[in-house]
Amino acid sequence: MSSIVQKKAIVHPIWLRITHWLNALAVIVMILSGWRIYNASPIFPFRIPSEWTLGGWLGGALQWHFAAMWLLFFNGLIYLLFNAGSGRLWKKFFPLRPTDVMRDMIKALTGKLQHDALDKYNAVQKLAYVSVILDLILLVISGLAIWKSVQFPLLRELMGGFDTARIVHFCAMAFLVAFIVVHVVMVALVPRTLLAMLRGR
Amino acid sequence: MIKKSLLIPSQLDTESILKDARRELALPSRRLFAKRALTLGGLSLLTGCNITDQASVNHMLERISRMNDGVQAWLFDPTRLAPTYTQAEMTRPFPFNAFYGIDEVPEIDGSDYQLEIKGLVANKRPWTLDQLHKLPQNEQITRHICVEGWSAIGRWGGVPFSYFLKQIGADLSAKYIDFQCGDDYHTSIDMPTALHPQTQLTLTYDGEILPAKYGFPMKLRMPTKLGYKNPKHIVSIEVTNKYPGGYWEDQGYNWFGGS
Repeated sequence: MSSIVQKKAIVHPIWLRITHWLNALAVIVMILSGWRIYNASPIFPFRIPSEWTLGGWLGGALQWHFAAMWLLFFNGLIYLLFNAGSGRLWKKFFPLRPTDVMRDMIKALTGKLQHDALDKYNAVQKLAYVSVILDLILLVISGLAIWKSVQFPLLRELMGGFDTARIVHFCAMAFLVAFIVVHVVMVALVPRTLLAMLRGR
Repeated sequence: MIKKSLLIPSQLDTESILKDARRELALPSRRLFAKRALTLGGLSLLTGCNITDQASVNHMLERISRMNDGVQAWLFDPTRLAPTYTQAEMTRPFPFNAFYGIDEVPEIDGSDYQLEIKGLVANKRPWTLDQLHKLPQNEQITRHICVEGWSAIGRWGGVPFSYFLKQIGADLSAKYIDFQCGDDYHTSIDMPTALHPQTQLTLTYDGEILPAKYGFPMKLRMPTKLGYKNPKHIVSIEVTNKYPGGYWEDQGYNWFGGS
């Protein structure tokens, strides 16, 4: 009886699924177009292969980047408002204790960590999801500091000036890419999570 | 000959493996995931630039870019100043940047140079370099930010542009100022930026007459806008209400180009 109830219970509410997939779209467009913009004047001694980039040329990449930023910004805002407003944010991700993270990390590395309940995150998941939410906020703030370094002096100073804002923006992007790789690998290992993110349960 | 005791566990293994495999294959989620993975692969193929070539997509991007012009105009604070720097912080040498190489920089003769004034202005008399140098001058050390992402700090001297606009009796309620340049470049800016206290009709670089590579006889310097909005070798200025576009802007760079 209880298993039937569990099966029918919604793991991810509809607003979460919509914002998740819109965020995925926005983030992919922003990363690929951002790589093209990076290539115009690289901060580090390497370029991203142009076949991996979006936009065709710098002007096109900028158009994609500055179009998708609206989706990322407003979708992210809606996600945060719903998440905090419904209390889901605290229920799902907290408490987040370092000892739990260590314990679950060791379990995961020794292959003993189970994805037993989709609606409950283990400590490593909690840390990963909270980190990526904060990382996306940092990406938006550092991006605004680059886009409008004169109009947003506070953000500019917070980032340590225009040039360091670019480095912060790049590093936050690298973290996001690393997260996506691990995230997709984990979904491939536990495909039920993908179903839950698509149909809610 | 294989011993019976060895055969049985291996048979059991095979059976259990097949059973597991059958169960795994039956999971609809597996197939669904494979399907999604294929779609993700398809998406990554598109990034080559297939979607960028679609006229409708370009039209949408162009419309969003026009909307971003509006948002930037709204964000623009005409009293907010760009940070200024000390001489020690200057980028030396200040980089040369144009849509052509440094050996193609136009050589404009300063002695017979005349700045043409057009459009919604009371006094359309052209200006010689001498007359421009006699106007009140100021100096600023500001950061030039390129659309490519790099930036450089330079020291620029010249006439506050708002002062010049008032001198020629420009209609300050007009929407645009258009600049035509001696290097076949052109760009245009919004009136609030034109009137910004740091927008300067630049005649000198680092205390010297503006060198050809930085835009002799003069450029427009705006620390509130990206580099491509700062025209060099200006030969004519027009005050207008008709959207003038620009060299890079017509190819897809954002028109407002603020920073």
